[in-house]
Amino acid sequence: MNASVSEGEGLNEKLLKNQEVQEQRMLLGLATPAVLAVVAIIVIPVGWLFYLSFLGKDGGFSLENYQRMIEYKSYARTFVTTFQVSILTTIICILIGYPLAYFLAMLPERLAGFFMLAVLLPFWTSLLVRTYAWLVLLQKNGILNDFAMSIGLWDTPLKLVHNLTGTLIGMAHIMLPFLVLPLYGSMKKIQRDLMYAASNLGASPVQAFWKIYFPLTASGMVAGSLIVFVLCLGFYVTPAVLGGGRVVMVATQITAILENQFDWGAASALGVVLLVATMIILVAATKLMKLDAALFGKQ
Amino acid sequence: MRWLKNPASDTQITHGDRLWLYIVAAIIMFLLVVPTFIVMPMSFSDSQYLEFPPEVWSTRWYNVYFESSKWMRATVTSIQVGILTMLVATPMGTLAAYALFASGHRASKALFAFLITPMIVPVILVAIGVFYAYGRVGLNNTIFGLVLAHAVLATPLIMIVITSALRNYDLNQERVARSLGATRVKAFFVITLPQIKFSIVTSALLGFLTSFDEVIIAIFVSGGKNATLTKHMFAALRDFIDPTIAAISTIMILISTTLLLATQFIDARKK
Repeated sequence: MNASVSEGEGLNEKLLKNQEVQEQRMLLGLATPAVLAVVAIIVIPVGWLFYLSFLGKDGGFSLENYQRMIEYKSYARTFVTTFQVSILTTIICILIGYPLAYFLAMLPERLAGFFMLAVLLPFWTSLLVRTYAWLVLLQKNGILNDFAMSIGLWDTPLKLVHNLTGTLIGMAHIMLPFLVLPLYGSMKKIQRDLMYAASNLGASPVQAFWKIYFPLTASGMVAGSLIVFVLCLGFYVTPAVLGGGRVVMVATQITAILENQFDWGAASALGVVLLVATMIILVAATKLMKLDAALFGKQ
Repeated sequence: MRWLKNPASDTQITHGDRLWLYIVAAIIMFLLVVPTFIVMPMSFSDSQYLEFPPEVWSTRWYNVYFESSKWMRATVTSIQVGILTMLVATPMGTLAAYALFASGHRASKALFAFLITPMIVPVILVAIGVFYAYGRVGLNNTIFGLVLAHAVLATPLIMIVITSALRNYDLNQERVARSLGATRVKAFFVITLPQIKFSIVTSALLGFLTSFDEVIIAIFVSGGKNATLTKHMFAALRDFIDPTIAAISTIMILISTTLLLATQFIDARKK
């Protein structure tokens, strides 16, 4: 009698388990439209470009599109510019974004919500509009030159746009929220008690900041910087407008190749390199961050 | 000035000690907000060249904008594509977020990562890939093609907003409803949906804006009579500084600011 009951329970358990798995699968099925859309818009087109990048002029398999990148100087220059602009933008964003995030994190909730609008407003405003605004501000007879000359900062109009300076100003402005938001998040998670403990044990505010606070914000800063860096690598609009043809980044060159030579193989190969670089950085960073979490304890 | 001597936090630091931080933050916030908004007064200038402050105020460039059939058609296209993107992406993203959150299946983590890829793959690559693929199936310069591409870009953002809303919500409530006899579908619509509706509205607005502001895919995939506002604006920016763009920018800033304030208002209501 007893044996048959437990047997029955075992059977029930199995049945329930099966039902649960079935239900899980059915629920996953709800994601089908999204999955299909991503396949249609990302997987197939990008896969197609991947294939095209390995096609030679004669239509057979070839590495000529990749070889050209090593042989031609113009490609090397593009890669150098891309990394230069991305690194400089990331550094500017950290230098500007850290104090801003710190300021916001120190404020009481209500005030922080209000001042946060200063970060969110540009974030929600069209990137094209913001790029245009900088173009207007920075041009030769623009407001910035007029203002600086009227208070005697410089005598002749400086060239602030259609070059690297303009590109960096515009890109830093556009990327800043991507750094500030994760950084602010990591700062908000820090327990105030840690700071009290540090000062109680005799640390000066400066010591407490560098020994306790700053290391705890490292993960947020790394995450934010990575987003900024990776977004910069593939950026198109701002360098194209504010760089005025003098700042040729990978995305700019891809469109130039398509517009001028209609060479799909070359453009695709450049795109594949961009994607692979992005992926390597992201994967390496996630590995590193895990190491980080293991070293400093879970945050 | 006694305020400066008051402690800023429970440790010894006073507001006076932090004054440098307040000044630095004020300058940064000024630089973040003002450059964009300064376009608004400039758009009301009568001059061919953008001035601040304008010497003669006029709505000249607004007239140019509203009387141009090219700009009007592009505006209608952008709004149309934005609304359609919102209508496609919001249910698609919400369903996917709910599916992955509620199922707890082993594959849901991997699927989430897969559905986030539109945020990771550089947009320029998506743009030329879609342009090439659409060329093969004849979807270039169509509203449908543009909406599909924009919906895929918007889906990850929507999923992130909805997933974080679901995290703050106890899914057991659905179980209770079902144990009381509601079907799964009914439990979702009657119990879950009303509790995440504010997040759905926020994500829908985000979806609209993603499409409305999108430039790169629009440059490649939209064209002819279905060219978007951003495509024409980008073309105008590369050639010369057309004051009409200042007028259009002002309108776009007003739209995005309104939508942002709407989400903030919704956020406040939620609490």
